[in-house]
Amino acid sequence: MSTTASLPVPALSVRHLTVAYRDAPVLWEVGWATPPSGLVAIVGPNGAGKSTLIKAVLGLVPKLSGEVRIFGEPLAAVRRRVGYLPQRASVDWDFPATALDVVAMGRYPRAGWLRPLGRKEKGAARAALAEVGLSDFADRQIGQLSGGQQQRVFLARALALEADLYLMDEPFAGVDAATEKAIVSVLRRLADQGKAVVVVHHDLATAPHYFDHVLLLNLRAIAAGPMAEAFTPENLARAYGGRLSLLDQAVAAAAGAPGAAPRA
Amino acid sequence: MTLVDFLQLDLVPMLAAILACVTCGLLGTLLLLTRNSMMGDAISHAVLPGIAAGFWITGTRASLPMVGGAIAAAVVAVALIGLVRRLARLEAGAAMGVVFSGMFALGLLMLVWSGADRVDLDVECVLYGILETLIWPAATGPASLFDPAALAALPSELLLLAGMFAVTVVALLLFWKELRLAAFDPAFGTVIGFDPRPVRALLMLLIAAACVAAFWAVGSILVIAALIGPPAIARLLTERYAAQFLLAALAGGAIAVAGYAVAALIPAALGAAQGFNAAGMIAVMAAVGFALATALSPFRASRRRRAAASRA
Repeated sequence: MSTTASLPVPALSVRHLTVAYRDAPVLWEVGWATPPSGLVAIVGPNGAGKSTLIKAVLGLVPKLSGEVRIFGEPLAAVRRRVGYLPQRASVDWDFPATALDVVAMGRYPRAGWLRPLGRKEKGAARAALAEVGLSDFADRQIGQLSGGQQQRVFLARALALEADLYLMDEPFAGVDAATEKAIVSVLRRLADQGKAVVVVHHDLATAPHYFDHVLLLNLRAIAAGPMAEAFTPENLARAYGGRLSLLDQAVAAAAGAPGAAPRA
Repeated sequence: MTLVDFLQLDLVPMLAAILACVTCGLLGTLLLLTRNSMMGDAISHAVLPGIAAGFWITGTRASLPMVGGAIAAAVVAVALIGLVRRLARLEAGAAMGVVFSGMFALGLLMLVWSGADRVDLDVECVLYGILETLIWPAATGPASLFDPAALAALPSELLLLAGMFAVTVVALLLFWKELRLAAFDPAFGTVIGFDPRPVRALLMLLIAAACVAAFWAVGSILVIAALIGPPAIARLLTERYAAQFLLAALAGGAIAVAGYAVAALIPAALGAAQGFNAAGMIAVMAAVGFALATALSPFRASRRRRAAASRA
């Protein structure tokens, strides 16, 4: 999985990252590094700053302070190696576009500015659509797709980028069981290819099953590391502190996780 | 009405109306798709002080300083709207309303102060356009369409509109995928190295320039009808991106022809001494076209059913 070099370079690392909206801090002095590859979950309560972290890494929201490195370099130097899957609700699905039109956007960097998308790139977009099981829906207007299918269109568009590090904002939000299964198998395939996938994830029950690493986030980085080490009831209690019903769910999830550390 | 009459009196106004409505329809499509139609209204009004200043400097209509002035005014308007939103914490619609009505009023005052309204840029022509004055006295028959001397005598407004149409088509084709990405998912565009800001700026510049051009055809108040009517009609008739632009262009041409025909050609054919105001009638036709498209769009209903079925 990891490189054989003595000091493997993290796919993503942030140092002293602070972000604020107006006067309220959303992220405070976050320091965190992912492994060079594998599936990484960002977990935390609502409003913990999970999406903001991804957006700050990608330069979509301004940072107050802090440094972001992707494969050891600033974003601008490695843009072509970075893939992004935004939240489904962030776009207008009534837009007159087909599923293939949207997935083809993932090939725009290959074509470059002002050049039309060639036959080869359109073929690659079709292949990405096939990878998420939506070949038959290529020419369907995106508003006529179900929520799960829309989510898979976004996943296909990210795949079409052929990136090495993917940042995904809630890819499992509001999807049906079939879609969830399809997404998980695609993520696993990416990890097997040696890619790093960072996913904002809401469901504590499935987190330990789907991901190898975790960041527990609530304004600050509460804990991070391999799932078995970091996803403990103690750490979850710190991340979700006070929200009792959620906490119970979290503790149950951690206790039931296959690789969970035995309770002391 | 003879053919020569038509060539001299009606051909140029009709072409001007068609060019204005097609150009506005194409550009307005991008406003409609980004749910930013109000910005078209704002820019079409806010360019007036720039137009007045341009006219003040050169003393002629349809001049480059006028286009430049309008673009400068549009830039000022967009910046002011952003500033008002931030400083006053107003929602976008309110900020636009404050800025564009203020700038439009300033433009009207500038016209009066400068004395331009006594020359040939009066307030009425700002509001209603000057289609009826775009005559082509050099036309003597169909042969004039191929006579360089007669063509050289075409009103400069028509040339400006034709130029604006050509620039718009070239820009749309050149930035086809960039505009689509900026309209659909600007954040994704930013991440993959397609910064939407220059593309958006280009669109705003084109709209400002088109507003100056269309200003002559339909007048400032009704530019919004040409910007939003045709794309709205097209949106009811297709779910395809390219078809949306083609249909918006077609709808723009159709409302221009229908509006001009009802306002000028039909009354003349019936022997009426005076027709209707063509700009007003074109705006009415945009509304009629939209009503027709809504009524005759079974596609829309079936789309809903299909969508419901696929979700089930």
